[in-house]
Amino acid sequence: MNVERVRQDFPILQRRVYGRPLVYLDNAATSQKPRAVIDCEARYYAESNANIHRGLHALSMEATDAYEAARERVRRFINAAAREEIVFVRGSTEGINLVAASLGQRLKPGDEILITEMEHHSNIVPWQLLCERSGANLRVAPIDDTGELIVEAFERLLGPRTRIVALTQLSNALGTINPAQRLIARAHAQGAAVLIDGAQAAPHLGVDVQALDCDFYVFSGHKIYGPTGIGVLYGKRALLDAMPPYQGGGDMIRQVTFAKTTYNDLPYKFEAGTPNIAGVIALGAAIDYVDAIGLPAIAQHEQALLDHATECAHKVPGLRLIGTAGAKASILSFVLEGVHAHDVGTILDQHGVAVRSGHHCAMPVMAHFGVPATVRASFAMYNTHDEVDALFSALRQVREVFPCPT
Amino acid sequence: MPDLSELYQEVIVDHSRRPHNFGALPEATHHAEGFNPLCGDRLTLHLQLTDGVIRAARFEGSGCAISTASASLMTEALKGKTLGEAQALFTQVHALVTGAVPADTPPLGKLRALGGVQQFPARVKCATLAWHTLQAALRGEQAPVSTEEGA
Repeated sequence: MNVERVRQDFPILQRRVYGRPLVYLDNAATSQKPRAVIDCEARYYAESNANIHRGLHALSMEATDAYEAARERVRRFINAAAREEIVFVRGSTEGINLVAASLGQRLKPGDEILITEMEHHSNIVPWQLLCERSGANLRVAPIDDTGELIVEAFERLLGPRTRIVALTQLSNALGTINPAQRLIARAHAQGAAVLIDGAQAAPHLGVDVQALDCDFYVFSGHKIYGPTGIGVLYGKRALLDAMPPYQGGGDMIRQVTFAKTTYNDLPYKFEAGTPNIAGVIALGAAIDYVDAIGLPAIAQHEQALLDHATECAHKVPGLRLIGTAGAKASILSFVLEGVHAHDVGTILDQHGVAVRSGHHCAMPVMAHFGVPATVRASFAMYNTHDEVDALFSALRQVREVFPCPT
Repeated sequence: MPDLSELYQEVIVDHSRRPHNFGALPEATHHAEGFNPLCGDRLTLHLQLTDGVIRAARFEGSGCAISTASASLMTEALKGKTLGEAQALFTQVHALVTGAVPADTPPLGKLRALGGVQQFPARVKCATLAWHTLQAALRGEQAPVSTEEGA
């Protein structure tokens, strides 16, 4: 992978911040977009904008074809068995909420939902809401002090009452990669349905939903170089078929009378209203872009950046890594002794280095490690070795303002 | 370009590393909690009021340099102030940190250092957390003050 060539595809990387070159290390929050994606979205509005699945005119047919081609593109990307299993949603959050709202209607008091301690709030709160509605109980599998899931504890918490298991494939706050395949198999042995939050994993690890054998998988377009406001819910066809609709409206129905309404086939049953057509088509372009470079090459490049950053981090006095699991990807989370993460973030920003400082929508993870917030640098295919060095050089400037406590 | 040395003036860094009036206040008559959910900053403010005068002010909690220094400087400034004077101080500091007045206008003494956040809009809430908590304490509010409500 030629990173300099890749960088030229991302117009925003040319810009400067406070007179310095932008060093964008906040990719876990959202990635930047290649020109192919930006142009694709603009071209759709300039040339083929029309509503889909309903017009007999040329533009509507063109838009419908492009929209459905993107669905097929996503299917191939995650190796789903059928295009009916790909539902477009606003993002990972909406995908999880859809499953919680729809599949969740089966839950009864005393049923259990199992999540992990490292989940993003979007994979905690929808289940808490479902527990409130249904009388089900939320169980939380703990992590250890490296930020790894304690698999034995996870297995002990699985039982005959477990109906749904929801877990991340790659932690956004720690960078931990979970042994998803093994955990899914254990959950299935207890008869539970499994949802995998792939918001972080999809851009970095590559996804094969059939190999994972997960029942549901969600990811967001904007973290994989695509637009905001578009995401994917994958669900096994038999499960989606049996689930009630999430939202009612146009496109999700077959026939409406005031006496009875029948629903459309998959995947349209779950796509009420005019969808984010431009977003879907541009997501297809983003996946084309990623596939042309190749996820194995991207992953290898990002791993080299993470290894270099981890090595640099070990040399910084008073730096404590939060998340030191054996299997990690793309995320370096840390705190600096005697300096709040927010102050680090402000000083790095003044040096053109964009990182995230905060709780990363994972307050339980912060509580586990006894910190209010961390600084998180997260890498993408266009980041360079020099940019990692720029991060650590800016961190030395933080120590100019806040010397290491003695 | 915003100036980091304006934000992290010596008085701010000193008060953030060695905050004054940090800890419990057993004689307190008024308390309030402040919370910034965006960054996790939390502080509890204790005030001792007699005859409409703030006799002592202390705080506990954890936060960034700006919010800690702001709370430290505020508790120093409040000692001996009447309720009316405390309210006037709130108004002046609020105007200062939000940039409603130039950083060198108000006769605020050391508190003027908080004016450095004018150039850092993302950090204004850090500077105002302690002051909104002060208002809640004086009003006797029970619910924690959040930087993300109303305003």
